[in-house]
Amino acid sequence: MTDAIVATGLVKHYGSVKALDGLDLRVPEGTVMALLGPNGAGKTTTVRVLTTLLPADSGDATVAGFDVRREGARLREVIGLSGQYAAVDENLTGFENLDMVGRLYQLGKSKAKARATELLERFDLVEAANRPAKTYSGGMRRRLDLAGSLVGRPKVLFLDEPTTGLDPRGRMEMWDVIGELVRGGTTLLLTTQYLEEADRLADKIAVIDTGKVIALGTSDELKSELGGERLEVTVSQDDEVSRAIDVLAGVGLSAPKTDGYSRTVSVAVSGGPPTLIEALRQLDEVGVKVVDVGIHRPTLDDVFLSLTGRNTTTEGDAA
Amino acid sequence: MSAVAAAVRDGMVITKRNLIKIKRVPDLLVFTTIQPIMFVLLFAYVFGGAISVEGGNYREFLMAGIFAQTLGFGSTITATGLADDMQKGMVDRFRSLPMSRAAVLIGRTTSDLLGNVIVVTVMSLCGLLIGWRIRNGVLNAVAAYALLLLFAYSLSWISALIGLSVRSVEVANNAGFLWVFPLTFIANTFVPIKTLPTVLRVIAEWSPVTCVVSAARDLFGNSDGGRPTGNFATEHPAQMSLIWSLAIMAIFIPLAVRKYKKSTAR
Repeated sequence: MTDAIVATGLVKHYGSVKALDGLDLRVPEGTVMALLGPNGAGKTTTVRVLTTLLPADSGDATVAGFDVRREGARLREVIGLSGQYAAVDENLTGFENLDMVGRLYQLGKSKAKARATELLERFDLVEAANRPAKTYSGGMRRRLDLAGSLVGRPKVLFLDEPTTGLDPRGRMEMWDVIGELVRGGTTLLLTTQYLEEADRLADKIAVIDTGKVIALGTSDELKSELGGERLEVTVSQDDEVSRAIDVLAGVGLSAPKTDGYSRTVSVAVSGGPPTLIEALRQLDEVGVKVVDVGIHRPTLDDVFLSLTGRNTTTEGDAA
Repeated sequence: MSAVAAAVRDGMVITKRNLIKIKRVPDLLVFTTIQPIMFVLLFAYVFGGAISVEGGNYREFLMAGIFAQTLGFGSTITATGLADDMQKGMVDRFRSLPMSRAAVLIGRTTSDLLGNVIVVTVMSLCGLLIGWRIRNGVLNAVAAYALLLLFAYSLSWISALIGLSVRSVEVANNAGFLWVFPLTFIANTFVPIKTLPTVLRVIAEWSPVTCVVSAARDLFGNSDGGRPTGNFATEHPAQMSLIWSLAIMAIFIPLAVRKYKKSTAR
């Protein structure tokens, strides 16, 4: 399988701020890669460099075999971009927006119209097709923007935070639309701050922080880096905690941990539900009353926390 | 396809897009035409009594000046339009498309030019109502309008560079007026040039605004208030106006296009 996107050692400064610090990335053809990271990690800058909007200070990149520096014009013929803000002209109708983009993809008059009609149907915008886009909901604008990025039947599609600012329903709709799209075989690079989104849409996830890829793998691979499953038991009395620790030390793979105030004890395990039943049986034997129990796989939040030592939630600062 | 043909073809797509906005938001056009009407009336009736011009009445003298001033101020629309497109991410989208890199600027300046045609038409009708007359025949009048609009078009390209260089529509608006104010007032726009102090008078004599206004007054057959002689600009205002407009475009079109190629929302 060839790589649709190859980036090596991308560096980009904004004044004294280092937005990209030697970023490497490979995205095989026909796959979905999510760039996951908090605001300011360098996600948008990466997309801008790869779509020729911004020149990198150093490093190389090709998209669909075209060099971002030397073959920008040909590169732009085979990509689609949907940026962070829904870049639709709000004074134009949905149809006019797509028709315009089609003309600018050099489709010619009749093909541009046909393509606009086709995409409006596909994105459930037929009824709103002849209304100015300023009357659209946030979700409709995003769908129109996404439709715009598909007008030229791109080989490689870039979606920069496609669901940021959408309400939960709008987000679900976008996920459905994007999911359908990637089943069609388009190579997609997606940026997101939402772990759930990356988990759901992407084949592979590149976790990026301070302008570098700090971890790469499938969602499962990243989760297993944290040591797989953990068994968590919450007991009813403080004096039962030490007895629970003794029991879990017997069934678990590591030393049990307790957080000291919630009477919850956890331990890394393998073997799934049978291990849980065995633990419960032993706890019952020693007379420990269990109020809550479960096996948890680590979330991507845990992954990010363990990789960077920080939470993913940084509010309000620049992208 | 040649780069120029691509620029023209894509530029037309963008022009059409900008014109649709005028159709959808008609209040915009109403206010851009009310302001010049107001200026015509204010200057004609408030200043008209206080300023006298040689060999003619002030209202006739005023019209060419107020055309130039209104078009000069109107050129800021190019800056705000582009700043708006930048802010909303439209420029990012356009720059990611396989289209001519000059098209967005060509489309913007062209639709602003067409807007100017409307503004000038409304002002002319208003002028005719208050006593302005075209006294030199239709062909000369057409030439006068052509020089005025060409000058406005060249200013649009200066404005385009400003619009792409600032970070918001508000700044684009203020930055636009900053240079247009002195440009249109240190000239023969509202007062005969010979009343100015020496340094300002020399600047005004060579000002592109003075050249285009003098040329328009001559071609409309209106009095220019007795202008000084002895330099090329005041003796050949039409030629000088043409040189100015072409020179501004020769400098600012490449600068604006180069800026566009690097422009991106923050």
